Amino acid sequence: MTVDLPERNGPLAEIHVVEFGGYGAGPAVGKSLAEHGAEVIRIESMLRLDGFRTNYPPYTGNIPGVERAAMFAITNDNKLSVSLNLKSEKGRDLAIKLIERADVVVENFTPGSMDRLGLGHDAMMSRNQKLVTLSTCNQGRTGPQANRAGFGSHLTSLSGFTELTGWPDRQPALLWGPYIDYIAVAYGAVAVLAALEQVRRTGVGCHIDLSQYETGIQFMAPALLRYFVSGEVTHREGNRDPNAVPHAVFPCLGEQKWCAISIHDDAEWLRFANEVGEPWAKEPELSLVSERRAQEDRLEELISGWTAGQSRESLVERLRKAGVHAAPVNDMGDLYADPQLRYRGTFQRVDHPVMGEHAVPGPPFILSDTPGKVTHGAPTVGQHTEAVLCGILGLSKAEFEELQLSDVLK
Amino acid sequence: MAGSVEQTPAPLSGLRALDLTGELGWLLGRILADVGVEVQKIDPPGGDPGRNMEPVLEGPNGSVSASWVAYNMGKSRLDLDLGTVEGRERFLELAGEVDFILESEEPGVLDDLGIGWSILHERYPSLILTSVTPYGQDGPLAGVPASDLELMSAGGAVWLTGDADRPPVRMTLPQSICWAGSYAAVGTLIAHHHRQITGQGQHVDMSAQAGLLPALVHAPSFFDLLGENPLRAGGYLVGRNINGAAMRNIWPCRDGYVTWAIYGGAAGRQSNRGMVEWMDDNGMAPESLKSVDWSTFDVATVTLAEVSEMEAAIAAFLETVSKAEFLEQADARRLLGYVVSTAADIAADEQLEARQVWSESFVPELGQTLRFPDGWLKIDGIRHGVASSASGGM
Repeated sequence: MTVDLPERNGPLAEIHVVEFGGYGAGPAVGKSLAEHGAEVIRIESMLRLDGFRTNYPPYTGNIPGVERAAMFAITNDNKLSVSLNLKSEKGRDLAIKLIERADVVVENFTPGSMDRLGLGHDAMMSRNQKLVTLSTCNQGRTGPQANRAGFGSHLTSLSGFTELTGWPDRQPALLWGPYIDYIAVAYGAVAVLAALEQVRRTGVGCHIDLSQYETGIQFMAPALLRYFVSGEVTHREGNRDPNAVPHAVFPCLGEQKWCAISIHDDAEWLRFANEVGEPWAKEPELSLVSERRAQEDRLEELISGWTAGQSRESLVERLRKAGVHAAPVNDMGDLYADPQLRYRGTFQRVDHPVMGEHAVPGPPFILSDTPGKVTHGAPTVGQHTEAVLCGILGLSKAEFEELQLSDVLK
Repeated sequence: MAGSVEQTPAPLSGLRALDLTGELGWLLGRILADVGVEVQKIDPPGGDPGRNMEPVLEGPNGSVSASWVAYNMGKSRLDLDLGTVEGRERFLELAGEVDFILESEEPGVLDDLGIGWSILHERYPSLILTSVTPYGQDGPLAGVPASDLELMSAGGAVWLTGDADRPPVRMTLPQSICWAGSYAAVGTLIAHHHRQITGQGQHVDMSAQAGLLPALVHAPSFFDLLGENPLRAGGYLVGRNINGAAMRNIWPCRDGYVTWAIYGGAAGRQSNRGMVEWMDDNGMAPESLKSVDWSTFDVATVTLAEVSEMEAAIAAFLETVSKAEFLEQADARRLLGYVVSTAADIAADEQLEARQVWSESFVPELGQTLRFPDGWLKIDGIRHGVASSASGGM
């Protein structure tokens, strides 16, 4: 039998992961592991498709389709897909066999679902003593809100981020997508890697109960500490900052071209003023931070007038050369062309049987000896079912064909 | 889960790290401490300049940066002047006693001091060095300074947020340092896993700019697949609908804002229906909304005009409810939404309290005990955190 499984290399090549659930918070943890060599088997079902396959544009050619969604494609690269109907007994049996040989289960069903399927961590521990299970959900598996369903975009608001985004005289602005999910992804990956160390030491597996809310408020901690100490509530301030002035985003030549500039001390202001060269920039009182703060509205207007006629690229280069903090406000297209991201190979291109060639963001960090890699695109639903069931679990061709006639592999 | 102090050691207890980082790397060491690593923060003479960053906390003994306290909690401290020969010799000795070194200097600075990766790796082949910098160790932008605003801009996050009629905005609380620190922790632990197999350490090169890409989720893909650049839309959600309709997501209520949207899918249908029923119970659901057949409603293909009419009625209703009422009804009616919390709301949250997220530690710089978010790591029902770790306190 030919086993159609991609080759894996990397520091996590010995780690076997089985993934249940969908959307971002669980599967993106699997992505981080898979990009460093782990075998990650996604259990999917045609009967209950991952929301990232069905609910989120963009789709290739702007035509919705299970195998056309970028959201799924960028979250599940390097993985294997096995199609199993967990409502069928035989489907659950096969899932159990995969868990028996796994080091890690990642799941983000609503709390209790894995137990009801007979796949919960406690039940699996009797079959696999060394199993690490990561359960990640909105607010954790215990407490009064444990069973509250919700989307990451809303949880981002509950965790305080939305209140801090936008203009003080306007209602808050949304962050893009399920911002908080990807905070929980970093913490979730850390938790899994730490738990694997615990297993190495003790020989015994464990269960991680990760609350996306609890990881999100780590990114909120300074505002929370401030509230606890003084009772002061931090509010959105547009682009302003208490440590730098001016500190804003300015218009440049062209449609929606913006440049970020921030001035962190008096010396930097003098370098900036020298570069600007206009009379207002030379006003002696502006060399004092207190005066720049007092005149911040006026300064932003004057600087906007100065930047508006300049190309973003030449302005950024000029300011950086002068020793002034500056950066382009990169739009999504700019990111793919960004010289630094290109140099690091952060976006990697893969081929996909339906989507064709497309970009996948790889890890934001580079390991000197074993850098992470996007080796292949996301699987189609059940693409590796036969390879995994026959090649790994040892089913015969006849047994597999019999399952194909039933609802087990749907 | 009784009590926050547990005898069970955290998973990485016994491992040690030297933390030379400034602001950009603080959270990396904090997360390693969260999972049990004993982290010693090395400060230059006169202390970490980041201690003075605004906003500062004021206590009976003095003031210190809120961000500095939050992300250095749980680390022990050592003053060491790496500008002197003795300081560097001491550092190289200490490096032999630890498993990780964390730093965020401009690329090349440690090499110039004679304590960079090549020296460390030669002396201590199993040591892991993690460097967190704005753009990474090499490449055209390596060494270009950047604060949060530049990183959020260069990383694509600023582009996506704000009102359409004003410049794009960054989140008021710096986030790039958090994305950089947390994903650097992932890279560091993957390198640790590799070391457990091979005995070899590695240099982990974290770029804070690249660290923002996870926060953008699928926004870049709109350009990759369709050549589109999603434009900031204030409190509206874009990118869910093939007609380009934006769905309202932020709604003023009596005492602040709530977040909720018209959705598709099974859960979305229940949520939409629940909202209309709640409005109807209060006599505020117009016939046009009551007559929508949610079982066939498709959020991906609805038109902007249809959405706007629905949203006008919902907005009028939500202005009459409080945040507390919204949370209560959202729970009872399975609405997909939450409130837009302030720090005060989070501090009072019953779920966080029930899950024992908060710890307290004495902060000498302030001269007072401080509450902070801690116990995110829960393994087998045991809550770990820096307040109960070996290094403890500040």
